[in-house]
Formats: sequence, structure tokens, C-alpha cells
Amino acid sequence: MISARNIGKVFNQGRPNAFTALKEVSFDLQRRETTILKGPSGSGKTTLLGIVGCMARPTTGRIFLEEREITSLPERFLTDIRRRSFGFIFQQFNLIRGMTALENVMIPAYPLGERHAELKRRALATLDLFDLAAKAEAKVEWLSGGEAQRVAIARALINDPSVIIADEPTAHLDLRLSEEFMAIMRRLKADGKTLILASHDPIVYDSDLADRVVELRDGAVAGSAERA
Amino acid sequence: MILHPALLALEISALLCATMVVYAACFGMGIVRYWNLASGSETQLVLERQTYLVSTVLSYFLAFQLVSLFLFIRTADSICHLFVGAMCAVGTLTVNAFGYPTLALKLVNFLLAGLWLILNHADSRGYDYPLIRVKYLLLALVAPFFALEAGLQTLFFLNLDPDIITSCCGALFSPASRNLATEVVNAPPLPMLGILYGSGVLLLLAGGAFLRRGIGGYLFGGANLVHLAVALAAVVSVVSPYLYELPSHHCPFCILDPEYYFFGYPLYLSLLIAAVTGMGVGLLQPFRKVASLAETLPALQRRLVRISLGAQAVFLILCTLPVLFSALSLR
Amino acid sequence: MARGLDRQRHILDFTLAALLRRKGKTGALVAVYTLVVFLLASALFFGHALRREAELVLKDAPEITVQRSLTGRYAPIPKEYAGAIGEIRGVSSARPRLWGYYYDANSRANYTLVVPAENQPDPGTIVIGSGIATLRDANPGDQIGFTGYDGAAQSYRVARVLPEGAGLVSADLILISERDYRALSGIPDGEATDLVLTVHNAKEFATVAEKIRQRFPDTRPIVRDEILRTYDALFNWRGGVVAVLSGMAGLAFVIFAWDKATGLSAEERKEIGVLKAVGWETSDILAMKFWEGIAVSFTAFLLGVTLGYLHVFWGGSFLFAPVLKGWSTLYPNFRLIPAVDFGELGAILFLVVVPYSVSTIVPSWRAATIDPDAVLR
Repeated sequence: MISARNIGKVFNQGRPNAFTALKEVSFDLQRRETTILKGPSGSGKTTLLGIVGCMARPTTGRIFLEEREITSLPERFLTDIRRRSFGFIFQQFNLIRGMTALENVMIPAYPLGERHAELKRRALATLDLFDLAAKAEAKVEWLSGGEAQRVAIARALINDPSVIIADEPTAHLDLRLSEEFMAIMRRLKADGKTLILASHDPIVYDSDLADRVVELRDGAVAGSAERA
Repeated sequence: MILHPALLALEISALLCATMVVYAACFGMGIVRYWNLASGSETQLVLERQTYLVSTVLSYFLAFQLVSLFLFIRTADSICHLFVGAMCAVGTLTVNAFGYPTLALKLVNFLLAGLWLILNHADSRGYDYPLIRVKYLLLALVAPFFALEAGLQTLFFLNLDPDIITSCCGALFSPASRNLATEVVNAPPLPMLGILYGSGVLLLLAGGAFLRRGIGGYLFGGANLVHLAVALAAVVSVVSPYLYELPSHHCPFCILDPEYYFFGYPLYLSLLIAAVTGMGVGLLQPFRKVASLAETLPALQRRLVRISLGAQAVFLILCTLPVLFSALSLR
Repeated sequence: MARGLDRQRHILDFTLAALLRRKGKTGALVAVYTLVVFLLASALFFGHALRREAELVLKDAPEITVQRSLTGRYAPIPKEYAGAIGEIRGVSSARPRLWGYYYDANSRANYTLVVPAENQPDPGTIVIGSGIATLRDANPGDQIGFTGYDGAAQSYRVARVLPEGAGLVSADLILISERDYRALSGIPDGEATDLVLTVHNAKEFATVAEKIRQRFPDTRPIVRDEILRTYDALFNWRGGVVAVLSGMAGLAFVIFAWDKATGLSAEERKEIGVLKAVGWETSDILAMKFWEGIAVSFTAFLLGVTLGYLHVFWGGSFLFAPVLKGWSTLYPNFRLIPAVDFGELGAILFLVVVPYSVSTIVPSWRAATIDPDAVLR
């Protein structure tokens, strides 16, 4: 489904502080599979997630999504692909403070221009999937850690993407919440979502969820293992 | 120079806008030179971001240009009593040689900015920026006009000396002085009305043909340009006298006054919208064969045709109202 | 099309909510913005209203007034000039006028004495304006005393009081007979205050005035339009000065706006990063910034213009009056009639909204082009 070919990313190119974050990274992901990007911080996991998730463009190399080359698409089209195909869960959830849980979930769909009533209905239904219907009108800063996490996941799902991308999802969670997170991921996988998780937390990379583990070190693939 | 607040306002904003557009055009030249879509280098990413800046600047410019067009006329009208003999905007505009050129350029620049934005919109529908070079080269061609407008306007304002005897609109359009304006004014009114409707019907036919069979894009665009001229002439020669109910009062500016219920604003606005969108159809015609636009461009053109015909219909209806309900008869 | 509208509506909703979330910052911006609009609007409304006022007063003024001037000073004009001037081509009538001011030291008020052309009061009686009636507590039938030019006391019976509401112009008016006027003012028979001419064709004003000057070099013809033009230039000039001053305030405001818009708080920067990360595109953020500008500008424009209107037409322009009160010698009781037009509003728009918008374009664009993966890092 997604193929990366010789991806390289250089920041501050041509300047003294040039920094190579990725070099010659290639891999293939299959639909409905779960892939874990594993590696210490600074190994290029996040940069790679950004490139695979159409958030940033590689300096060299090509990305194919469903056989379509998306590397040289202008931002407008890349964004359109991104919001329809990818849902993101960030390290610190990145919910927008001062807004309700419901509004936070609706935000990714605003630029799509859906009717407000219809969008609200879908957002409430999505919140309901995570037992959050009662908290819909609560401001996000009043939510507990677990609730905020589930709002962030609901937000990633609002545009019904086929791929869910999570960057260090468990980094700031205690054990109980980490396990709750993995349980939700299992549910999503069962629903047919493709998952890409970047983590250096054994709860994630040793999980039976993983179909494939790609290990990154210093911006290059250090090992790739498929699990049956 | 007259230290009138509205003059200051027009001048400040003209200079600001011209500076912004020239600044944007400079970015545009950088884009033309270094554009390389295949590259993922940071230079290319920066250039892609700059395209957003340029189109934002132009959109704002278009909006301000529209207001400035009307404010310019309004101001010329409101300061006319400073000049002996001037009775409306016409008098003020003839105080020196820069008045009419400034007004004409304001109109042209509104059209140019509108057309550029249509091209820009079309380009953004293509996934490979198919028109990027064309559009920024065009911008570089157009930007000097915007700067020129600010320059002419400055000269016009600086040379506004009160108490110069100027002509009022009655004098300008009187049969004694023969020039293009009087030719237009003294065109026989009913045939002129016929030409206006005739040209409107032709536009409708051309638009209809385009909507049904997708042909005649150039024809529609060109026809809109011609029709704009015809329409302006018709406003001066037929619509105004009917509206003022005075057979010899032909002023194209007085219809903007409150005495005539601001009739001129919807009239000119609908005409301008129809002209820009209509000419835009012709402008886009040569790019229909571009691979990445093949799908979206015809749809965009059809939408423009619909908007143009709609606005044109509003304009023609507005033109007809005074003729129907006027106490005056030019038959 | 409907999708585009819904998209804009969503973005607008989001923007308004975001502005309300940052009450302090938005409030400060709107307050400064409103202040600039208010100052400008006050200045422009004031100038415009003065002009309208002068126009109204002068509407009924004679087309040409002829005064006599000796060594540059005003002097009464011989009545026989009227006959000769009346014969100049284009002049349909020339009439001597008798009028003047009377300073009443007791009530410290200035009255306007006028000998009406028709229906002169009988000698020994006067008709007074409502203002004087109140001031002197005079009713029809009462006697009012004045001091003549020679110090002699003169006394008149009040025949009638002019009805109130006939305008402030008539409040200080005294209508008097010609005989009493001459006794009070000391202007001898055969002389008049000035001459008023009726000239029907506006195009002949200048020619007629020129001929009068040639025939009677000691006269000064004043064309009505010239008075209007002079007032106009004066009011506009004053308006211009205020506009320049406000312009400087405006400039400071632009710098302020630039600073506010460039100096995105860490919170806002992160917010935009999140929006872009979850699927907003650069043009969506630009649309958001556009609506932000519209919302702020619209609010400030509306507030500033309304406050300016109240200030000028209700509050007596108390902020400017000391600076702009040069006209007060012309009309002691000048109350402004509300008069606003599209041109004024357009000028304010262009003096404030355009600079504001232009100064926010680049910062908005910078904010909008934050990398979507910025929140990942």
C-alpha cells in the first residue's frame, strides 16, 4: 500500500548546520498491517512518520501511495490525501485548549466543508465509540489523561482514514493508560485500519499487535523483521 | 494639492497596494527562475510557500481595487465644487490631464487583477502547478500597470489646483465639442439600446454554446470584452438620460449619487463581475489541453460562464428598469 | 459551491471562537484599532458637517454681495451704487441692505439687527428672536431699551416674538425699521451696509464681479460660491491636518498590529501547527487569518464610527472643539446637523483598514506556512 524508496531528508541543506535526518530508507507497508518503527530518540522515526504521513516532503527519494507517486505533489493535494488517508495521534495529544472535546474532534473535517449538522452527528458517534458522549461539551483541559487520549484518537478517526499514525503514543502515559491505548489500537486493527506506530517503548514494540518492526538507527534502517 | 481626507486615503492605500504587488511580483520572478517541482530541496519548499503569499496579496489587491474605483469617483464628485465650473466628478477629472487616465487604469487594473486570480485559481487545481511560469510572467507584465496607476493618481492629486475653470459634464458632452465621448453620447438612443440587447443576446448564445458543447471559449471571452465597451457606451447614451429623466444629461457618474438611489453601484458591479468572469473563460481556453487540467478546467470554465451570464442578466435587467419606468421618452 | 461556503463557515466559526479564547489580546487590538477609527471618523464627520452647515446657511444667501472697502477696511456703501450696478448686464436686481450687530453689555450677548426688505416693523417697534425674548424676559407689548451709537438711549416696543424652532439663526435676530436702524447705528441716509445682487446665470458670476470692480474700484464683490469654496478649502484643510495627525496615530497602530500579528504567542503557534498537522492546509489558515482580520476590522470600524458619530453630533465634538473652533466667529451658535456620506466611510476604510490589512498579510502568511510536521518535532 505504501512504498518508500530511498528516502533521504536533509535539514538546512547547503548551510553549515546541515543535518541529515534520514538516508536511503526503503520499505513497504501492506494494507491492514501494523508496522512499528523502533529506535532510540534522534534515530529519524518522527521525520520518517512525517514523510510517510504526507506532512513533509523528502529531500530525495520517492513515496508511493496505492501506486501513486506523491512525492512531488503540491501541498494542497498532499494535504487532501493526508486528511483522507491518514489519522494522526501525537505524543502529547495536542488537543486545542479552550475548546470542547466535540469541537476538537470536528476540527480535522472543517476544511472539507461538510454540513455542520452532519459533521456534528458523526463526531458525536465517534466520541460515543470511546464512551465519551457524556464529555462532548466539556473543555479538553478538564478531561482526565485517559479521556484526553481517547479524544485524540477520536479526532484521528473523524475523517475515516485507512491509516492511523501514532508518534510515541505511550511516552507520557502510565502503564494502565498505555495498556488501554494498546487495547484501542487492537480494536482499530480489527476494524481493518492500517497502523504505523513509532515508539521506543517495549509495551508497543513487543506487542503481539505488530506485523512488522522496522528498526531505525541514525537515520537508516538497521533491521526489519516480520512477525507471523 | 488639496489636503482632502479622502484623497489622502486613496493615495496612501494606492501606494501601499502598489508596493505590495510589486513586492509580490518580485517573488514571482524568483519563482519563475528557480522553480523545480521535482526537487524536494528547501529552496523549492520556500518557493512553494511564496506562491501562497503572492496570491493572497493579489486577492486583497483586487478587493481594494474595487472599493478604490468607486471611492475615486465618489471623491472626485464630492470635491468638484472646489473647481469653478465643475458640477460633478467629470469636472474634477478634467482639472488636469491625469484624471481620466487614472480612472481608466483603475478599471483596467481591476480586470487584470481579476483575470490573474482566475488563472491562479485554475493553476491551483492542477497537481503539478501547470501554469506556474505563465502566471508569474503575466504578473510581471501586469505589475507595472499597478505601479503606473499609483503614479498617475499621485500626479493627478498633486496637480489638483482649486479654481481652475473646468468643464462640467454638460459642457463635456455637449454637441459643440466633437470627440469620442460626444460621439458616444449622441449615438441615437434607441439603436444604441438595440445594440446593447443584441450584444447581450449574442453573449447568451455564445455562453449557451459553450455550456452545451464546450466550444467557443475564445469567442465568449472576446465577446465579453466588446460587450463591456458597448455596455459602458449604452449606459452613457441611453440608460443615464432615462434615469435622470433629462434627455441631455449623460453623466456616467451621477448615477452613483444618493439622489438616484445609488443605482450605479449594482449596475457597474454586475457589469464588472460579468466582464471579469466572461473574459476569464477566454483566458483559460488555451490551457485546456494541459494534462493535469484536462479534468478540472472545463468545469471551472462552465462555472465562470454561468456566473458571467447571471451577472450579465442582472446588468441588462437593471439597464431596462429606467427605460421602462422613466417619465422620459427618447423615441 | 455549497461545500466552499460550508468550509468558510466552519473556518469563520473556529476563528471567532479562537478570538474569544484570547480575550486579552483581541481586546487590546480592537481597543487601539477602535481608537484610531474613532479619531479619524470624528475629524471627518466634523469637517463634513461644518461644510453642510455652511452650505445650508449660504443656500439662501444672495448670489453676489457688494461691500465697500476703504483702505482695505469695510465701509458703508452709497445707495446710488445700487442703481448703476443694477444696470450691468446679467444683474437682474441690486438692493441695498441694512443690517449689523448689537452687543448687549448687560446680557453679554450679540444680537443681529436686520432691516427686512419687506414688511418692515412700524417705527418704534421691533420683532425679536426667541433667544432674545428669553434673555431679556420680553413679551409682546414690553419696551426694550438699547444704547445708540451716540450714547443716547433708545426704546422700542416688542411687536412680536419670532416663533421658536425657526432655527438657531433667528434666535438672536432683531427686525427693525429703517428709520430706527439709522438712529441706532448712525449710518446716514443715502448709505447702506452692503448691496445684494441677483444674478440668474451662474456662469456670469465671475464676469459680473469683474465689471463691478472695474466700474467701482472701491467695492469688493463677494460671490456666494467663493465663500463656499473658501469654507470648503478651510474645512477640508483642517480635516486634512487632523487626518495627517490621525495618520501618524494610524502608523503607530500599524506597527502595533504588525507586532501583534508577527509575535504569535507560543500557544497560537502551536495551535496553528496542530491545525496543519490534523489536515488544515495553508490556504485554510490564510482564510482563518482573513476572517480574523475581517472580524477585528469590522468590529473596530463599527465601534469607532459609531463613537465618532456620537462624539461629533451629540457630544459637541468636545475633543476637537478647542482646536477646530476657528469658525466660531461666523456662527456663534453652531449646532451640527448629522451628515455622513459614503465618501467619508470609504476614506476611513482606506486610511485604517487597508494599512491594517497590508501590514498583516506577511505575518499571516508566515503563520500559515508553519510546517505541518512542526508539532511532531
